Amino acid sequence: MSEFEPTIIGFLCNWCAYAGADLAGTSRIQYPPNIRIIRVMCSGRVDPAFILEAFKDGADGVLVAGCHLPSDCHYLSGNFKAQKRFILLENMLSQLGVEPERLRLEWISASEGDKFAAVVKDMVTKLKKLGPSPLKNGGNAIG
Amino acid sequence: MDKLKFAFYWAASCGGCEIAVLDINEKILDVVAKADIVFWPVAMDIKYKDVEAMPDKSIDVCLFNGAIRNSENEHMAKLLRQKTKVLVAFGSCAHEGCIPGLANLHDRKEIFERVYCETPSTKNPDKVVPASPVKVKEGELDKPEFYDTVKTLDQTVDVDYYLPGCPPPVDLIVNALDAITKGELPPKGAVLAPSKSVCDECPRKKEQKKISKIYRVYEKAPDPEKCLLEQGILCMGPATRAGCGAQCLNVDYPCTGCGGPCPNVPEQGAAMLSALASILGVEEEKEGGYDPEKLINQIKDPVGTFYKYSLPHSIINRKVMKK
Repeated sequence: MSEFEPTIIGFLCNWCAYAGADLAGTSRIQYPPNIRIIRVMCSGRVDPAFILEAFKDGADGVLVAGCHLPSDCHYLSGNFKAQKRFILLENMLSQLGVEPERLRLEWISASEGDKFAAVVKDMVTKLKKLGPSPLKNGGNAIG
Repeated sequence: MDKLKFAFYWAASCGGCEIAVLDINEKILDVVAKADIVFWPVAMDIKYKDVEAMPDKSIDVCLFNGAIRNSENEHMAKLLRQKTKVLVAFGSCAHEGCIPGLANLHDRKEIFERVYCETPSTKNPDKVVPASPVKVKEGELDKPEFYDTVKTLDQTVDVDYYLPGCPPPVDLIVNALDAITKGELPPKGAVLAPSKSVCDECPRKKEQKKISKIYRVYEKAPDPEKCLLEQGILCMGPATRAGCGAQCLNVDYPCTGCGGPCPNVPEQGAAMLSALASILGVEEEKEGGYDPEKLINQIKDPVGTFYKYSLPHSIINRKVMKK
Protein backbone atom coordinates (compact mmCIF):
# COMPACT_ATOMS: atom_id res chain seq x y z
CA MET A 1 0.00 0.00 0.00
CA SER A 2 1.27 3.45 -0.86
CA GLU A 3 2.10 5.91 1.89
CA PHE A 4 -0.72 8.06 3.30
CA GLU A 5 -0.67 11.51 1.70
CA PRO A 6 -2.39 14.08 3.90
CA THR A 7 -4.44 16.90 2.41
CA ILE A 8 -3.82 20.31 3.92
CA ILE A 9 -6.01 23.33 3.33
CA GLY A 10 -4.04 26.55 3.66
CA PHE A 11 -5.77 29.89 4.20
CA LEU A 12 -3.11 32.46 3.33
CA CYS A 13 -3.52 36.20 3.61
CA ASN A 14 -3.12 38.22 0.46
CA TRP A 15 -0.48 40.62 1.76
CA CYS A 16 2.11 38.47 3.54
CA ALA A 17 1.64 34.70 3.64
CA TYR A 18 0.37 34.32 0.07
CA ALA A 19 3.23 36.47 -1.19
CA GLY A 20 5.56 34.30 0.91
CA ALA A 21 4.17 31.18 -0.76
CA ASP A 22 4.59 32.88 -4.10
CA LEU A 23 8.21 33.63 -3.28
CA ALA A 24 8.75 29.97 -2.36
CA GLY A 25 7.52 29.12 -5.85
CA THR A 26 9.51 31.72 -7.78
CA SER A 27 12.62 30.83 -5.76
CA ARG A 28 12.11 27.18 -6.75
CA ILE A 29 12.11 26.04 -3.14
CA GLN A 30 10.89 22.44 -3.02
CA TYR A 31 8.02 21.61 -0.70
CA PRO A 32 5.45 18.78 -0.66
CA PRO A 33 2.41 19.24 -2.93
CA ASN A 34 -0.08 18.28 -0.19
CA ILE A 35 -1.27 21.80 0.48
CA ARG A 36 -4.25 23.37 -1.30
CA ILE A 37 -3.99 27.11 -0.96
CA ILE A 38 -6.95 29.45 -0.59
CA ARG A 39 -6.06 33.11 -0.75
CA VAL A 40 -8.01 35.35 1.59
CA MET A 41 -7.64 39.09 2.04
CA CYS A 42 -6.62 38.77 5.68
CA SER A 43 -6.06 36.03 8.23
CA GLY A 44 -8.77 37.88 10.18
CA ARG A 45 -11.16 36.99 7.34
CA VAL A 46 -10.93 33.27 8.13
CA ASP A 47 -14.27 32.38 9.68
CA PRO A 48 -13.86 29.46 12.12
CA ALA A 49 -16.69 27.82 10.15
CA PHE A 50 -14.33 27.66 7.10
CA ILE A 51 -11.94 25.54 9.14
CA LEU A 52 -14.72 23.29 10.42
CA GLU A 53 -16.01 22.87 6.86
CA ALA A 54 -12.51 22.02 5.63
CA PHE A 55 -12.26 19.23 8.19
CA LYS A 56 -15.74 17.97 7.43
CA ASP A 57 -14.96 17.89 3.72
CA GLY A 58 -11.89 15.74 4.28
CA ALA A 59 -8.90 17.92 5.14
CA ASP A 60 -6.30 16.20 7.33
CA GLY A 61 -4.82 19.51 8.45
CA VAL A 62 -5.54 23.22 8.17
CA LEU A 63 -2.96 26.00 8.01
CA VAL A 64 -3.88 29.62 8.61
CA ALA A 65 -1.08 32.04 7.82
CA GLY A 66 -0.94 35.81 7.98
CA CYS A 67 1.25 38.82 8.65
CA HIS A 68 3.58 38.96 11.63
CA LEU A 69 2.34 40.25 14.97
CA PRO A 70 2.09 42.90 16.22
CA SER A 71 2.22 45.46 13.45
CA ASP A 72 2.56 43.85 10.01
CA CYS A 73 -1.16 43.37 9.33
CA HIS A 74 -2.34 45.33 6.30
CA TYR A 75 -5.60 45.98 8.18
CA LEU A 76 -3.85 46.77 11.48
CA SER A 77 -5.45 44.13 13.71
CA GLY A 78 -6.66 41.23 11.54
CA ASN A 79 -3.81 39.02 12.71
CA PHE A 80 -4.74 39.62 16.37
CA LYS A 81 -8.30 38.54 15.64
CA ALA A 82 -7.07 35.50 13.76
CA GLN A 83 -4.82 34.50 16.64
CA LYS A 84 -7.50 34.72 19.33
CA ARG A 85 -10.07 32.91 17.19
CA PHE A 86 -7.54 30.26 16.38
CA ILE A 87 -6.70 29.52 20.03
CA LEU A 88 -10.39 29.39 20.93
CA LEU A 89 -11.12 27.08 17.99
CA GLU A 90 -8.20 24.87 18.97
CA ASN A 91 -9.61 24.55 22.50
CA MET A 92 -13.01 23.73 21.07
CA LEU A 93 -11.75 21.14 18.60
CA SER A 94 -9.81 19.37 21.31
CA GLN A 95 -13.11 19.00 23.22
CA LEU A 96 -14.46 17.37 20.06
CA GLY A 97 -11.54 14.95 19.93
CA VAL A 98 -9.62 16.49 17.02
CA GLU A 99 -5.84 16.37 17.55
CA PRO A 100 -4.39 19.90 17.97
CA GLU A 101 -1.51 19.02 15.60
CA ARG A 102 -3.98 19.17 12.70
CA LEU A 103 -4.32 22.92 13.10
CA ARG A 104 -1.55 25.42 12.62
CA LEU A 105 -1.28 29.19 12.71
CA GLU A 106 1.88 30.79 11.34
CA TRP A 107 3.07 34.31 10.61
CA ILE A 108 4.84 34.34 7.26
CA SER A 109 5.99 37.57 5.65
CA ALA A 110 6.30 38.21 1.92
CA SER A 111 10.05 37.64 2.16
CA GLU A 112 9.80 34.30 3.99
CA GLY A 113 9.39 31.82 1.14
CA ASP A 114 11.77 29.47 2.93
CA LYS A 115 9.66 29.62 6.09
CA PHE A 116 6.50 28.79 4.14
CA ALA A 117 8.17 25.76 2.58
CA ALA A 118 9.52 24.63 5.96
CA VAL A 119 6.09 24.95 7.61
CA VAL A 120 4.41 22.87 4.91
CA LYS A 121 7.16 20.24 5.05
CA ASP A 122 6.89 20.01 8.82
CA MET A 123 3.09 19.80 8.75
CA VAL A 124 3.15 17.02 6.17
CA THR A 125 5.65 15.01 8.24
CA LYS A 126 3.58 15.38 11.39
CA LEU A 127 0.28 14.59 9.65
CA LYS A 128 1.75 11.48 8.04
CA LYS A 129 2.61 10.24 11.52
CA LEU A 130 -0.85 11.17 12.80
CA GLY A 131 -2.70 9.42 9.96
CA PRO A 132 -5.95 10.41 8.24
CA SER A 133 -8.28 12.80 10.02
CA PRO A 134 -11.03 11.06 12.00
CA LEU A 135 -13.49 13.52 10.46
CA LYS A 136 -12.60 12.46 6.91
CA ASN A 137 -15.36 11.47 4.47
CA GLY A 138 -18.03 12.32 6.96
CA GLY A 139 -15.96 10.15 9.31
CA ASN A 140 -17.27 8.42 12.36
CA ALA A 141 -17.90 11.78 13.91
CA ILE A 142 -20.84 12.30 11.61
CA GLY A 143 -23.69 9.85 11.92
CA MET B 1 -64.83 23.28 6.02
CA ASP B 2 -63.69 20.21 7.91
CA LYS B 3 -61.75 20.80 11.07
CA LEU B 4 -57.99 20.54 10.80
CA LYS B 5 -56.34 17.53 12.41
CA PHE B 6 -53.45 18.32 14.77
CA ALA B 7 -50.93 16.02 16.40
CA PHE B 8 -48.31 16.71 19.05
CA TYR B 9 -45.42 14.45 19.89
CA TRP B 10 -42.40 14.51 22.17
CA ALA B 11 -39.20 12.63 21.48
CA ALA B 12 -35.96 13.31 23.41
CA SER B 13 -36.98 16.45 25.26
CA CYS B 14 -37.73 17.74 28.75
CA GLY B 15 -41.45 18.34 28.38
CA GLY B 16 -41.12 22.11 28.42
CA CYS B 17 -42.36 22.36 24.84
CA GLU B 18 -45.61 20.62 25.83
CA ILE B 19 -46.12 23.26 28.50
CA ALA B 20 -45.28 25.99 25.98
CA VAL B 21 -48.26 24.82 23.90
CA LEU B 22 -50.49 25.39 26.93
CA ASP B 23 -48.82 28.75 27.63
CA ILE B 24 -50.80 30.20 24.75
CA ASN B 25 -53.65 30.23 27.33
CA GLU B 26 -57.11 31.07 25.97
CA LYS B 27 -55.75 31.02 22.41
CA ILE B 28 -55.92 27.24 22.72
CA LEU B 29 -59.72 27.64 22.48
CA ASP B 30 -59.35 29.26 19.05
CA VAL B 31 -57.14 26.35 18.07
CA VAL B 32 -59.60 23.68 19.18
CA ALA B 33 -62.42 25.58 17.48
CA LYS B 34 -60.60 25.12 14.18
CA ALA B 35 -58.78 21.87 14.82
CA ASP B 36 -59.18 18.45 16.37
CA ILE B 37 -56.26 17.05 18.28
CA VAL B 38 -55.89 13.45 17.15
CA PHE B 39 -52.65 12.51 18.91
CA TRP B 40 -51.00 13.99 21.99
CA PRO B 41 -49.46 11.41 24.34
CA VAL B 42 -49.01 13.87 27.20
CA ALA B 43 -52.71 14.75 27.30
CA MET B 44 -54.62 11.94 25.61
CA ASP B 45 -54.96 8.21 26.08
CA ILE B 46 -53.87 6.98 22.70
CA LYS B 47 -51.47 4.29 21.54
CA TYR B 48 -48.87 4.22 18.79
CA LYS B 49 -50.89 1.54 17.00
CA ASP B 50 -53.80 3.99 16.72
CA VAL B 51 -51.49 6.33 14.80
CA GLU B 52 -50.29 3.42 12.68
CA ALA B 53 -53.93 2.73 11.77
CA MET B 54 -54.52 6.28 10.50
CA PRO B 55 -54.45 6.75 6.72
CA ASP B 56 -51.27 8.34 5.29
CA LYS B 57 -51.27 12.17 5.27
CA SER B 58 -54.47 12.23 7.29
CA ILE B 59 -53.01 14.51 9.97
CA ASP B 60 -52.83 18.10 8.74
CA VAL B 61 -50.16 19.41 11.12
CA CYS B 62 -47.83 17.71 13.57
CA LEU B 63 -45.84 19.77 16.07
CA PHE B 64 -42.92 17.50 16.88
CA ASN B 65 -40.67 18.41 19.78
CA GLY B 66 -37.58 16.58 20.96
CA ALA B 67 -34.40 15.29 19.40
CA ILE B 68 -33.86 11.81 17.99
CA ARG B 69 -31.84 9.88 20.54
CA ASN B 70 -33.22 6.32 20.35
CA SER B 71 -35.02 3.96 18.00
CA GLU B 72 -38.45 4.82 19.44
CA ASN B 73 -37.92 8.52 18.65
CA GLU B 74 -36.82 7.58 15.15
CA HIS B 75 -39.77 5.25 14.60
CA MET B 76 -42.26 7.91 15.68
CA ALA B 77 -40.56 10.59 13.56
CA LYS B 78 -40.87 8.36 10.50
CA LEU B 79 -44.41 7.31 11.33
CA LEU B 80 -45.63 10.86 11.92
CA ARG B 81 -43.90 12.05 8.74
CA GLN B 82 -45.83 9.40 6.85
CA LYS B 83 -49.17 10.35 8.42
CA THR B 84 -48.73 14.13 8.36
CA LYS B 85 -49.02 16.80 5.69
CA VAL B 86 -47.10 19.56 7.52
CA LEU B 87 -44.41 18.47 9.98
CA VAL B 88 -43.08 21.23 12.23
CA ALA B 89 -39.85 20.83 14.21
CA PHE B 90 -41.12 22.43 17.40
CA GLY B 91 -38.51 23.79 19.78
CA SER B 92 -34.76 23.69 19.93
CA CYS B 93 -34.40 19.90 20.41
CA ALA B 94 -36.21 19.02 17.19
CA HIS B 95 -34.67 22.03 15.41
CA GLU B 96 -31.02 21.68 16.50
CA GLY B 97 -30.62 18.97 19.14
CA CYS B 98 -30.53 21.33 22.12
CA ILE B 99 -29.38 20.15 25.58
CA PRO B 100 -29.89 16.42 24.84
CA GLY B 101 -27.53 17.01 21.91
CA LEU B 102 -24.64 17.81 24.24
CA ALA B 103 -24.58 14.05 24.85
CA ASN B 104 -22.76 13.99 21.51
CA LEU B 105 -19.64 14.85 23.53
CA HIS B 106 -19.87 11.23 24.71
CA ASP B 107 -21.12 7.93 23.33
CA ARG B 108 -23.57 5.33 24.53
CA LYS B 109 -21.00 3.36 26.49
CA GLU B 110 -19.73 6.43 28.37
CA ILE B 111 -23.25 7.64 29.10
CA PHE B 112 -24.39 4.24 30.40
CA GLU B 113 -21.31 3.95 32.61
CA ARG B 114 -21.87 7.37 34.07
CA VAL B 115 -25.62 7.09 34.53
CA TYR B 116 -25.98 3.46 35.62
CA CYS B 117 -22.65 2.87 37.40
CA GLU B 118 -20.71 5.96 38.44
CA THR B 119 -23.23 8.48 39.74
CA PRO B 120 -22.79 8.84 43.51
CA SER B 121 -26.38 7.84 44.28
CA THR B 122 -26.16 4.63 42.26
CA LYS B 123 -25.45 1.20 43.68
CA ASN B 124 -24.91 -1.19 40.80
CA PRO B 125 -22.14 -3.66 41.66
CA ASP B 126 -23.08 -6.01 38.80
CA LYS B 127 -22.89 -3.11 36.33
CA VAL B 128 -26.32 -3.80 34.86
CA VAL B 129 -26.99 -1.44 31.96
CA PRO B 130 -29.89 -1.40 29.50
CA ALA B 131 -29.50 -4.04 26.82
CA SER B 132 -31.84 -5.17 24.14
CA PRO B 133 -33.33 -7.70 23.63
CA VAL B 134 -33.33 -9.27 27.08
CA LYS B 135 -34.42 -12.85 27.76
CA VAL B 136 -36.67 -13.29 30.78
CA LYS B 137 -38.58 -16.38 31.72
CA GLU B 138 -41.78 -15.13 30.07
CA GLY B 139 -40.00 -14.58 26.77
CA GLU B 140 -37.93 -11.89 25.10
CA LEU B 141 -38.14 -8.23 26.03
CA ASP B 142 -37.39 -5.53 23.53
CA LYS B 143 -36.81 -1.91 24.28
CA PRO B 144 -35.83 1.08 22.22
CA GLU B 145 -32.19 1.12 21.20
CA PHE B 146 -30.18 4.00 22.65
CA TYR B 147 -28.02 5.60 19.95
CA ASP B 148 -24.46 6.89 20.26
CA THR B 149 -25.37 10.12 18.48
CA VAL B 150 -28.29 12.49 19.03
CA LYS B 151 -29.79 13.74 15.79
CA THR B 152 -32.14 16.55 14.91
CA LEU B 153 -35.54 15.85 13.42
CA ASP B 154 -34.47 17.01 9.96
CA GLN B 155 -31.46 14.69 10.02
CA THR B 156 -34.01 11.87 10.36
CA VAL B 157 -37.01 12.87 8.21
CA ASP B 158 -38.05 15.67 5.88
CA VAL B 159 -39.21 18.71 7.90
CA ASP B 160 -41.54 21.43 6.60
CA TYR B 161 -41.09 24.22 9.19
CA TYR B 162 -39.03 25.08 12.23
CA LEU B 163 -40.18 26.80 15.40
CA PRO B 164 -37.03 27.70 17.34
CA GLY B 165 -36.59 28.32 21.06
CA CYS B 166 -36.25 26.40 24.29
CA PRO B 167 -39.22 26.37 24.49
CA PRO B 168 -40.61 28.38 21.55
CA PRO B 169 -41.85 31.79 22.73
CA VAL B 170 -45.63 32.11 23.04
CA ASP B 171 -45.85 34.83 20.37
CA LEU B 172 -44.11 32.64 17.83
CA ILE B 173 -46.42 29.72 18.63
CA VAL B 174 -49.50 31.92 18.30
CA ASN B 175 -48.26 33.36 14.99
CA ALA B 176 -47.48 29.88 13.68
CA LEU B 177 -50.87 28.46 14.73
CA ASP B 178 -52.60 31.48 13.15
CA ALA B 179 -50.70 31.00 9.92
CA ILE B 180 -51.52 27.28 9.94
CA THR B 181 -55.23 27.68 10.64
CA LYS B 182 -55.52 30.44 8.02
CA GLY B 183 -53.44 28.49 5.52
CA GLU B 184 -50.93 31.35 5.20
CA LEU B 185 -47.68 29.50 5.76
CA PRO B 186 -44.42 30.74 4.18
CA PRO B 187 -42.44 28.56 1.73
CA LYS B 188 -41.39 25.13 2.96
CA GLY B 189 -38.24 25.01 5.06
CA ALA B 190 -38.84 28.40 6.69
CA VAL B 191 -37.97 29.12 10.29
CA LEU B 192 -41.12 30.64 11.78
CA ALA B 193 -39.32 33.48 13.59
CA PRO B 194 -38.06 36.99 12.81
CA SER B 195 -34.85 37.22 10.81
CA LYS B 196 -33.17 39.58 13.28
CA SER B 197 -30.79 38.79 16.12
CA VAL B 198 -31.59 38.87 19.83
CA CYS B 199 -29.54 42.12 20.10
CA ASP B 200 -32.14 43.79 17.88
CA GLU B 201 -34.85 43.03 20.44
CA CYS B 202 -32.67 43.67 23.49
CA PRO B 203 -33.47 46.98 25.24
CA ARG B 204 -30.02 47.32 26.84
CA LYS B 205 -27.73 50.19 25.93
CA LYS B 206 -25.00 49.16 23.53
CA GLU B 207 -21.82 51.16 23.16
CA GLN B 208 -18.40 49.89 22.27
CA LYS B 209 -17.66 46.21 22.47
CA LYS B 210 -14.25 45.56 23.93
CA ILE B 211 -13.66 43.44 27.00
CA SER B 212 -10.67 42.14 28.93
CA LYS B 213 -12.22 39.95 31.56
CA ILE B 214 -15.02 37.44 31.24
CA TYR B 215 -17.33 36.97 34.19
CA ARG B 216 -19.52 33.96 34.73
CA VAL B 217 -23.09 34.81 35.64
CA TYR B 218 -22.65 34.29 39.37
CA GLU B 219 -19.48 36.37 39.55
CA LYS B 220 -20.98 39.76 38.87
CA ALA B 221 -24.15 41.75 39.55
CA PRO B 222 -24.65 43.36 36.15
CA ASP B 223 -25.60 46.95 35.45
CA PRO B 224 -29.29 46.60 34.48
CA GLU B 225 -29.08 49.14 31.63
CA LYS B 226 -25.89 48.17 29.86
CA CYS B 227 -25.20 45.43 27.29
CA LEU B 228 -24.13 42.30 29.19
CA LEU B 229 -21.44 41.42 26.68
CA GLU B 230 -19.86 44.85 27.19
CA GLN B 231 -19.81 44.09 30.92
CA GLY B 232 -17.87 40.89 30.28
CA ILE B 233 -20.79 38.49 30.69
CA LEU B 234 -20.85 36.05 27.83
CA CYS B 235 -24.08 36.62 25.91
CA MET B 236 -25.00 34.71 22.74
CA GLY B 237 -27.36 37.48 21.59
CA PRO B 238 -25.32 38.62 18.57
CA ALA B 239 -25.36 35.13 17.04
CA THR B 240 -28.87 34.08 18.03
CA ARG B 241 -32.15 34.45 16.21
CA ALA B 242 -34.73 36.76 17.75
CA GLY B 243 -38.39 36.12 18.44
CA CYS B 244 -38.12 35.84 22.21
CA GLY B 245 -38.26 39.57 22.93
CA ALA B 246 -34.92 39.17 24.74
CA GLN B 247 -36.77 37.68 27.72
CA CYS B 248 -33.62 36.51 29.48
CA LEU B 249 -31.86 39.86 29.02
CA ASN B 250 -34.84 41.59 30.62
CA VAL B 251 -34.14 39.71 33.83
CA ASP B 252 -30.35 40.25 33.81
CA TYR B 253 -29.56 36.84 32.41
CA PRO B 254 -27.44 36.53 29.26
CA CYS B 255 -28.75 34.89 26.11
CA THR B 256 -27.48 31.31 25.87
CA GLY B 257 -28.53 30.83 22.27
CA CYS B 258 -31.73 28.72 22.26
CA GLY B 259 -33.17 30.57 19.28
CA GLY B 260 -30.63 28.99 16.98
CA PRO B 261 -28.63 30.69 14.26
CA CYS B 262 -29.60 33.86 12.43
CA PRO B 263 -30.50 33.37 8.77
CA ASN B 264 -27.45 33.17 6.45
CA VAL B 265 -25.12 32.39 9.38
CA PRO B 266 -25.91 28.71 9.80
CA GLU B 267 -23.03 27.96 12.17
CA GLN B 268 -24.15 29.74 15.32
CA GLY B 269 -21.28 28.55 17.52
CA ALA B 270 -18.55 29.55 15.08
CA ALA B 271 -20.19 32.94 14.59
CA MET B 272 -20.18 33.67 18.31
CA LEU B 273 -16.70 32.24 18.80
CA SER B 274 -15.49 34.58 16.11
CA ALA B 275 -17.30 37.62 17.49
CA LEU B 276 -16.14 37.03 21.04
CA ALA B 277 -12.50 36.46 20.11
CA SER B 278 -12.42 39.73 18.20
CA ILE B 279 -13.70 41.90 21.08
CA LEU B 280 -11.58 40.22 23.73
CA GLY B 281 -8.40 42.08 24.65
CA VAL B 282 -8.75 44.92 22.12
CA GLU B 283 -7.22 47.36 24.63
CA GLU B 284 -4.32 45.03 25.38
CA GLU B 285 -3.52 44.72 21.66
CA LYS B 286 -2.86 48.44 21.56
CA GLU B 287 -1.74 49.28 25.08
CA GLY B 288 0.47 46.28 25.79
CA GLY B 289 0.06 43.31 28.09
CA TYR B 290 -1.50 41.24 25.31
CA ASP B 291 -1.53 37.58 26.26
CA PRO B 292 -3.83 35.69 23.88
CA GLU B 293 -3.70 32.36 25.73
CA LYS B 294 -4.65 34.00 29.01
CA LEU B 295 -7.48 35.96 27.39
CA ILE B 296 -8.94 32.97 25.58
CA ASN B 297 -8.48 30.49 28.40
CA GLN B 298 -11.03 32.46 30.40
CA ILE B 299 -13.60 30.60 28.28
CA LYS B 300 -13.73 27.30 30.13
CA ASP B 301 -16.07 25.24 27.99
CA PRO B 302 -16.18 26.43 24.36
CA VAL B 303 -18.50 23.67 23.07
CA GLY B 304 -20.89 24.02 26.00
CA THR B 305 -20.90 27.79 25.60
CA PHE B 306 -21.15 28.23 21.85
CA TYR B 307 -22.99 25.02 20.97
CA LYS B 308 -25.19 24.65 24.02
CA TYR B 309 -28.25 24.15 21.82
CA SER B 310 -26.83 23.34 18.41
CA LEU B 311 -24.16 20.64 18.58
CA PRO B 312 -26.05 17.94 16.59
CA HIS B 313 -26.93 20.56 13.97
CA SER B 314 -23.39 21.91 13.61
CA ILE B 315 -20.71 21.18 11.01
CA ILE B 316 -18.89 18.77 13.33
CA ASN B 317 -21.86 17.27 15.11
CA ARG B 318 -20.22 15.13 17.75
CA LYS B 319 -16.99 14.21 19.45
CA VAL B 320 -14.80 11.86 17.46
CA MET B 321 -15.64 8.29 18.41
CA LYS B 322 -12.82 5.90 19.07
CA LYS B 323 -13.05 2.84 16.85
